[in-house]
Amino acid sequence: MAQGAQALGGLGDNASLSVAKRRIVSIKSEKDFASGLLFIVTGGGFTWVSLSSYTVGSASQMGPGYVPLVLGLVLAMLGGLILFFSLVVETPDGGKIGEIAWRPLLCILGANLAFGALLGGVESIGLPSMGLVVAIVALTVIAAMADSTAFDIRHVLVLAAVLAGGSYGIFIALLGLQMPLWPAFLAL
Amino acid sequence: MDLLANLATGFSVAATPINLLYALVGCLLGTLIGVLPGIGPVATIAMLLPVTYALPPESALIMLAGIYYGAQYGGSTTAILVNLPGESSSVVTTIDGYQMARQGRAGPALAAAGLGSFFAGCVGTLLLAAFAAPLTEMAFAFGPAEYCALMVLGLVGAVVLASGSLLKAIAMIILGLLLGLVGTDVNSGLARFTLDIPELADGIGFVAVAMGVFGYGEIITNLAKTGEDREVFTAKVQGLMPTREDFRQMMPAVLRGTALGSVLGILPGGGAVLASFAAYTLEKKIKLKPGEVPLGQGNIRGVASPESANNAGAQTSFIPLLTLGIPPNAVMALMVGAMTIHNIQPGPQVMTVNPELFWGLIASMWIGNLMLVVLNLPMIGIWIKLLTVPYHYLFPSIVLFCAVGVYTTNNATFDIALVAMFGMAGYVFHKLGCEPAPLLLGFILGPMLEEYLKRALKLARGDWSVFITRPLSAALLAVALLLIVMVLLPAIKSKREEAFVED
Repeated sequence: MAQGAQALGGLGDNASLSVAKRRIVSIKSEKDFASGLLFIVTGGGFTWVSLSSYTVGSASQMGPGYVPLVLGLVLAMLGGLILFFSLVVETPDGGKIGEIAWRPLLCILGANLAFGALLGGVESIGLPSMGLVVAIVALTVIAAMADSTAFDIRHVLVLAAVLAGGSYGIFIALLGLQMPLWPAFLAL
Repeated sequence: MDLLANLATGFSVAATPINLLYALVGCLLGTLIGVLPGIGPVATIAMLLPVTYALPPESALIMLAGIYYGAQYGGSTTAILVNLPGESSSVVTTIDGYQMARQGRAGPALAAAGLGSFFAGCVGTLLLAAFAAPLTEMAFAFGPAEYCALMVLGLVGAVVLASGSLLKAIAMIILGLLLGLVGTDVNSGLARFTLDIPELADGIGFVAVAMGVFGYGEIITNLAKTGEDREVFTAKVQGLMPTREDFRQMMPAVLRGTALGSVLGILPGGGAVLASFAAYTLEKKIKLKPGEVPLGQGNIRGVASPESANNAGAQTSFIPLLTLGIPPNAVMALMVGAMTIHNIQPGPQVMTVNPELFWGLIASMWIGNLMLVVLNLPMIGIWIKLLTVPYHYLFPSIVLFCAVGVYTTNNATFDIALVAMFGMAGYVFHKLGCEPAPLLLGFILGPMLEEYLKRALKLARGDWSVFITRPLSAALLAVALLLIVMVLLPAIKSKREEAFVED
């Protein structure tokens, strides 16, 4: 979805450039234009898959494709309406999407993915399970990098230690959740 | 009176020291776990079910019920403090509760949630005791067509939740419904829209969607703002308890929420979730008093009413379970499991065969609600302290709790990748001005709506008019239509004005 939105942003710029002279079809709201496209693409996708891969059936005998087909069509139509209005109805601030905050986006999602990969291990790349402690340290450090203004590695490491201790206490000792604490190869 | 005699039986069972202790332990554990985002009541009860094997059946159910309320209450706490709905019924609480917390009014918000829930719990318990048997008759009047109409009404109500564009809100609901359909189709056994990923065969987890869209989306959005703009919470906290003015606004909202929740909770099929959404919709429709903050910007009514509805619904949802044996939601399904473990067959006969159990459970519900208020009101001060932790310490911790919560629901690394995807989607939605709350409601109701729609039309041999020929269903749809018109009218007007400005 995010890729789609990114492409849309670019598309939006081109479109507004090329029609700048004829003011009639300029994009009045970037946000609505992009969300309209997003809904058309997603709705269209669900419609297409329902039609091509699943039995649709009839109202009295609905197949697995019936409901998603209807919903997908409605979504695509709503997207079309939103897109139409974004070209027609004037918005005060031009409905600008604004800059994308890449740093927080990549750091937060990256921290989350690193946590999952380190905790459970990834067989396909030969990464063994590294356990909760390593995963928490990695998550805390990567996540903290999202805020470049307040990043201080000493504070972050203290926070990681506190979180690791607390997590052990709550999740493993108290709640008895099944999670490896240390890397698998240490066999502790 | 029968009622008094029955309640006396109940209290004689529930108020023994040992059962009070189990209720206390249940409430404590439930609150503790409910506060951790991602671990909702279902996961909690599932984890602690084995612990109760050794207990007598009354004690086991009393403790499980305590966990249920505790977790629900804890879920509201995180919804208010850090904008993370711990479970589906606290989604609406985030809207005004979090805004209140940002304005330094987390204390009144938490107190409103607690007191409102307690009041609703008391009423719900009394209703349950008085009307358990006659009310089940009403559930029989609900066929598949009525359920469909009710869900459509709930979804239309969700549109009112969004303060932005109506079209976008509807589109988000539909997107939510579609996402809810991902996974194995119950009727054909076909894995739909799973992109050949085996982990998606069970569908997308609610926790992954909620944590991703609300939790990560919110954190990324906050971090994107620089320094002074960020202002996650105002430094000064205004009082721990609601003011007299707050109480005046709260009371009618609590009453409305309780009434709505009690009625909707009886219906099997996610009554409590619908109740909180419907209660919020109702509050939004009620005219603001002069000087009152609009809903969505930190109005105490927006916390008190859905929280009361949610709790009243949670109480009365025991009615279909105890009288019909139909579990109305996942938590109740686990309670059925707990009952069968103890050789009790849930159903109408529970009331006559195990009166001690039936009335004891009802009495323990009231005791549990009382315990929660007593436990949690003094803890508000501690929760508020949490907000004074600097954001650069708070946000990595929230990311960790989300990740652990998501991982532990299924012990699957795949879920963590999924939550990252929804985190990205949450940020995109924010950038495009699409509000996520309607998406989440659609997501919860998607599979149910499809199931009832299929059944309703199968019974009617494909004739769509069944929805308007059955009076109850027609009435529900008429209310839904009325709601849409009410929302549309000002929108058309303002659109017109905009169009004129353009000319």
